[in-house]
Amino acid sequence: MLKTRIIPCLDVADGRVVKGVNFVNLIDAGDPVEAAKAYDAAGADELCFLDIHATHENRGTMFDLVTHTAEQCFMPLTVGGGVRTQQDVRALLLAGADKVSFNSAAVANPDVVAEAADRFGSQCIVVAIDAKTVEPGRWEIFTHGGRKPTGIDAVEFARLVESKGAGEILLTSMDRDGTRAGFNLPLTRAISDAVNIPVIASGGVGNLDHLVEGVTKGGASAVLAASIFHFGEYTIRQAKEHMAAAGIPVRL
Amino acid sequence: MLTALVDYDSGNLHSAQKAFERMAHEAGHGTIVVTSEPDVVAKADRIVLPGDGAFPACRRALDRFTGLFEAIEEGVYQQGKPFMGICIGMQMMATRGLEFEPTEGFGWIPGEVRHIEPADAALKVPHMGWNDLVIDRPHPVLDGVQTGDHAYFVHSFHFVVERPEHLLAHADYAGPITAIVGRDNMVGTQFHPEKSQAVGLRIISNFLNWKP
Repeated sequence: MLKTRIIPCLDVADGRVVKGVNFVNLIDAGDPVEAAKAYDAAGADELCFLDIHATHENRGTMFDLVTHTAEQCFMPLTVGGGVRTQQDVRALLLAGADKVSFNSAAVANPDVVAEAADRFGSQCIVVAIDAKTVEPGRWEIFTHGGRKPTGIDAVEFARLVESKGAGEILLTSMDRDGTRAGFNLPLTRAISDAVNIPVIASGGVGNLDHLVEGVTKGGASAVLAASIFHFGEYTIRQAKEHMAAAGIPVRL
Repeated sequence: MLTALVDYDSGNLHSAQKAFERMAHEAGHGTIVVTSEPDVVAKADRIVLPGDGAFPACRRALDRFTGLFEAIEEGVYQQGKPFMGICIGMQMMATRGLEFEPTEGFGWIPGEVRHIEPADAALKVPHMGWNDLVIDRPHPVLDGVQTGDHAYFVHSFHFVVERPEHLLAHADYAGPITAIVGRDNMVGTQFHPEKSQAVGLRIISNFLNWKP
């Protein structure tokens, strides 16, 4: 049986983990490679690197980081942030990413998803959707870290990128991100039901029950969290045991 | 001992290279070389064919390297060198693939690569993530790997073998998903051993140690 994945996400800026990772005694809490190794050892199912300050000038830093991680961690790795072109996708895949995530570029031009899926295969093309509630039961895509509305309906956009060949959706609720109030479950459920590709729920996890709800109520195939793991509040193992106790299949 | 990881411009070789290098180093299994050169493949003692992407695109990519497929086929099919296909590299061992357009495979293991159609419509495709292996027949490459061990899959098509004796392991996804195929000196894994943590590294080590 396929297991529900738990994915720690590392926000990276200029090659460093934002706010650091302290769940084990790393020599350098800001070193993404060290953090990745620790999560590999802890039994995380995948890792996600998000370059939150991606600029043209610092792309090389991200490629190096992915290269060094893939040399030492034999686990799946998704990389996003500032991915715009087929060349970006190719460079990240060659560096050792398994999946590459489009965000604003896919909103600006959904055909970049189609081109990348045709060339590299749907299995490695993720589309990150950042959505905000605009009225009950309606969610809109926001870009630029949630600041810029687009007028695009999130559910329709999810269907569109699926039709373009996206292999997975990384869904972040901008209402909930950073609040620790739990996933936006109606949004997660609406997107999960709208598409036949896996949906990763993201944004708002504050405790382990939130992870469970993302799956049981939201219908997510995977759950992504950052701070609850980075600072040692919960271990990956505890999260998995909690989900298993709730009847969710996990890899223990 | 030289193990050739065939690079035909199709996907991520870096992780596979590092995983094979680590296991070769730990167990003293010689050298890993990443190559597109038919001459180097011809000299290798073992051949590994990775691959990510769509079946027809991978097949075309391989055929663009003059003499490369012929060198692989000569080594594997004629000379009996140990071979491991990974993901699309495994699928290409089939008679044909049906992704986008029917495409000839190598025809080493009879069967077709078909779209995954889980009996439960609620299940998503791609089949993406960790699934537990069910070992159908023991094999030296699976030494120390047991039913219930997890491997990392990410694919929308899978290899439906014609003959049950070629199926070494499967996973369940509202119906069987072919996980490992094999015959004689050849094995292929649908999942990514280089991404499957300890279980994957074990399979790589076993392959490097395998004397079919």
